[in-house]
Amino acid sequence: MKILTKWLRTYLPELPVSDTQLAEDLTLRGIAVEGIFNLGSGNGSLYEMDITTNRVDAMNHYGIAREAATIYGVELRHLDTTLPKHQPSAQNLPVKIEAEDVCGRFTARVLRGITIGPSRDWFPGAEVSTYFSLLEQKQISNAVDATNFAWLAMGQPTHAFDLDKIEGGIIVRRARKGEKLKTLDGMDRILDPDDLVVADHTKALGLAGVMGGWDTMITAETKNVLIEAAWFEPMAVRRTARRHGLHTDASHRFERGADFNAAPVASAIVSRILLANGGHIDGDLVDVRVPSWEARTAQRPAISLALSEVHRLLGSTIDKEGITSSTVESILTGLGCTLSSAATQSASWQVQLPSWRLDLEREIDLIEEVARVYGYNRFANTLPAFAGGVKSLSSAEPELVARRTLLAAGFHETISSTFCSSAEAVLTAPIPGQIVPLGNPLSEEAGVMRPSLVPGLLNAASGNLNRDVADVRLFELGTVFSGTTEKVDERPALSFAAAGNLPSQSSLHPTRRIEFHDLKGLVEQLLSRFQIRDIYFDRFPSDTGLTPAWLHPYRSARVVADGLTVGWFGQLHPTEAAARKIKDTIIIGEIYIDRLYKLPLRKPAARDISRFQPVRRDFSLILDQSIPWERIDKSLASLQIPELVDWRAAEVFRDAKLGANDYALLVSTTFQAPDRTLREEELQSFQSRVVHAVSAAGARLRS
Amino acid sequence: MTQDAIPALPDYNDSALDQAFAALAKQATDEAAAIGSPDDLEAFRLRWVGRKQGRLNDVSARWLKAAPSEAKKSVGERFKSLKELIEGLLDKAAGTGPSHAALAAEAIDITLPGTRHLTGAEHPITRTLNEIVSVFAALGYSVGIGPEVETDFYNFESMNFPPGHPARDTQDTLVIASQERRPLRDRLLLRTHTSPVQMRTMEQQPPPIRIVIPGKVHRNDAMDATHSPIFHQVEGLCVDTNITFSDLKGTLDHAMKALFGSSVKTRFFPSFFPFTEPSADVQISCIFCGGKGCRKCKHSGWIELLGCGMVDPAVFAFAQEKQPAYDPKKISGFAFGMGVERIAMMKYGISEIGQLYAGDMRFLNQFA
Repeated sequence: MKILTKWLRTYLPELPVSDTQLAEDLTLRGIAVEGIFNLGSGNGSLYEMDITTNRVDAMNHYGIAREAATIYGVELRHLDTTLPKHQPSAQNLPVKIEAEDVCGRFTARVLRGITIGPSRDWFPGAEVSTYFSLLEQKQISNAVDATNFAWLAMGQPTHAFDLDKIEGGIIVRRARKGEKLKTLDGMDRILDPDDLVVADHTKALGLAGVMGGWDTMITAETKNVLIEAAWFEPMAVRRTARRHGLHTDASHRFERGADFNAAPVASAIVSRILLANGGHIDGDLVDVRVPSWEARTAQRPAISLALSEVHRLLGSTIDKEGITSSTVESILTGLGCTLSSAATQSASWQVQLPSWRLDLEREIDLIEEVARVYGYNRFANTLPAFAGGVKSLSSAEPELVARRTLLAAGFHETISSTFCSSAEAVLTAPIPGQIVPLGNPLSEEAGVMRPSLVPGLLNAASGNLNRDVADVRLFELGTVFSGTTEKVDERPALSFAAAGNLPSQSSLHPTRRIEFHDLKGLVEQLLSRFQIRDIYFDRFPSDTGLTPAWLHPYRSARVVADGLTVGWFGQLHPTEAAARKIKDTIIIGEIYIDRLYKLPLRKPAARDISRFQPVRRDFSLILDQSIPWERIDKSLASLQIPELVDWRAAEVFRDAKLGANDYALLVSTTFQAPDRTLREEELQSFQSRVVHAVSAAGARLRS
Repeated sequence: MTQDAIPALPDYNDSALDQAFAALAKQATDEAAAIGSPDDLEAFRLRWVGRKQGRLNDVSARWLKAAPSEAKKSVGERFKSLKELIEGLLDKAAGTGPSHAALAAEAIDITLPGTRHLTGAEHPITRTLNEIVSVFAALGYSVGIGPEVETDFYNFESMNFPPGHPARDTQDTLVIASQERRPLRDRLLLRTHTSPVQMRTMEQQPPPIRIVIPGKVHRNDAMDATHSPIFHQVEGLCVDTNITFSDLKGTLDHAMKALFGSSVKTRFFPSFFPFTEPSADVQISCIFCGGKGCRKCKHSGWIELLGCGMVDPAVFAFAQEKQPAYDPKKISGFAFGMGVERIAMMKYGISEIGQLYAGDMRFLNQFA
């Protein structure tokens, strides 16, 4: 919206500040001046305004002048509505409001013998031509420009009809089903019974509060006019405007609540300007009011305001005086309220609200006005006292532990889309079928709530590989969604993806491809942060359908902690890799971390380190391919030798020379006692028990 | 080095003993001085203190054991001194380590690049969220969270959005499918702000409340350089007796100084939010130019950063349905909310919001 300071100043003869200062002071009071343009000598400035929708009363020159008058405590001139004496009419034009539930007031004024022509600067206070050219407002004719002038001056929409095209009188009513109306934009419209129309005794003349009709529009030949200024109910106008896809200045104002008392004022402004080019007023202003609407707008009951409430909510000011009674009174009076002191109580008022401020309804609204006009930045900065404690979320610490584990392992955190395609959802949903679609998705690829973080990680990983970033280590901690459109379940999840070399580069040592066991180690590290008695990894034959479809069935594992599935990870299924044109191996997984969050974190507990020499013994074994490490591992565990403090698969070696079905395994064991140096005989006995156990598990000692 | 054997002693008088032991001491000292490598050191050790052919063994056998009983004591004392001398020489030689030349032969090219191990980087959004949360934690604020899929009641109705408010339109809000037949307040949508957690918290807990709510929110917006349909907010809520607008100002002024430096100034403007009244937008003095005006602050010297206000009594009225203590005549409160992306982009000089969600390793590497 554009405002001329030249025009503003006609209402503010004593305004003591420059245009720049005025702009800043208005802006700091919520009447935002976004841009100031100097229009050259004598023309003042043009303000580009941005006014919040609740302040529809300030979207015009007089409304802004009122704000300025209140801020500076200066005089605001009344709008000049003096009209020449009317000639008595034999009979006033009949006006009837039939739809009283949606039209609160309708004024009609008849002007006869007027001359339609171009606009001029008619008289002081009606410099239509000058103001419109400074505003770059298109000039159409003195009649149309007069209604626009009233709109720009004080924000009340008006409409001028060619009186001679009106049959009988005016009826404000709902449209009849299928009724037709050609609107001013030239469109033929078929009306709905919910539409409100201004009609004559035979036809609809215009869409009330939205747009006038074609047939009664002012033309160069028009001699007699009817000037309408009315008040329509906001929701009714909104419905009609939306139904017909029309957003006009008039509908904008009526939708947000017009000033019930503004109609006769606007009617007078329009009439004065038109009469400046000849003609006369025929009869009285016809003014039909619906009392129930008047009571709800212009005659609202007064509301109470107590100074103690102002202080309780606003606090202290920089000048330490706080908001005083006289400050409250001058601000609210300036804005158009009428204050009367409540006799019983000191420093409280009954406040009569101005008809143009329908946004003011409650005591708090008045307190806001006081704070706003006083100036937010004149309040002190204080800190409230607080005696309570700070509670942290139960998931905060495990989440931090999980994040740190991934970061320490060299994984970057990523955040990906909350949505995925339904194909991605079907592929990755941990609970098949529980996929929640959006009603108005951003795109087809973002049609459903993600049931898993895997699609996002996969897109991020393949994005990197496509950009020739070969080393990918990414994780995401985010929310995943399941359930139905009736009830959506949300859970936190953790996903990770890796590809490329380990270490990523080295000038001296060979690097190698990251593989399944690198990520298995990461999962083990993560699980080791929690108190879990039993952790194992397993997998299922590919024909069982138990492995997630995005994983290579023989290079992936399910993660089980204390009997509960807590995740899946492994190599991306070759089919999925091919579908995304990925040549590199991606290791990817998802941890159902909400299940880990329910477990206590492992508390470190120190035990004494033995002072006695540990003894290492290596066993070189030959095993059938079908025997996994797990079996050797369990056979050693089952020995339950307290002095066998550690054992590990030190090396796996596969070679055709060993035989087609065999592989070699170097098992490294460590024996140590807490209280003594182990004797040779003891070690011999341990060793033979180890050999016995691994042999029972199917291993042969390599000679 | 001479492989000379230890000769038998011709005489056991003191001067002959002194002479014989001094000769050995000199020999050992000279030989120790020539040690240049671990191999040399080992040879020296074997020659002098080796169990089988060590010279000290020979001295012991030929001189000490062969000594007449009256000379045993004087030979023994001298033998002990010699042994200590040699052990000292050994210790010293071992401590000295290899020679410079030997070390030089082991030189490596230190100018070759170091072997890099990837260091994981916390996402800039997480990092910024945590920074904001910890500023408020120090002021006594606990952390609250809420669901990303919300009901119309929590997201709009209880936050005092009137029924026809444009934000409720599907042009602005992403909604879950098939909600049309449900009562308006039960309809599911993606929360458009973290404010609904205000109501969820108040329903759970009577005043006083101090809470910060970090979270992901969604709007039906097209992606451009500064907008994304997915973004993050931190919401704050403080409710107690006698919480004032000047407390709101002081709290946010303090928080902005904690986040952006103590020289930062704040400025409050009237604004409009359905769930606060009075409402304000907060600007901070430009962190790039200090308020003088630059490209980043569009030459205004100020950057708009957050929205805030006093909790609207209508919001308290909704909370009162479950917690009667939220009587707007007795308690008061303020709420504030800020966009995390905007702050992160400002703090780290990120030019495109989309970079935050692309998972590009090259981008994320910068935060390691």
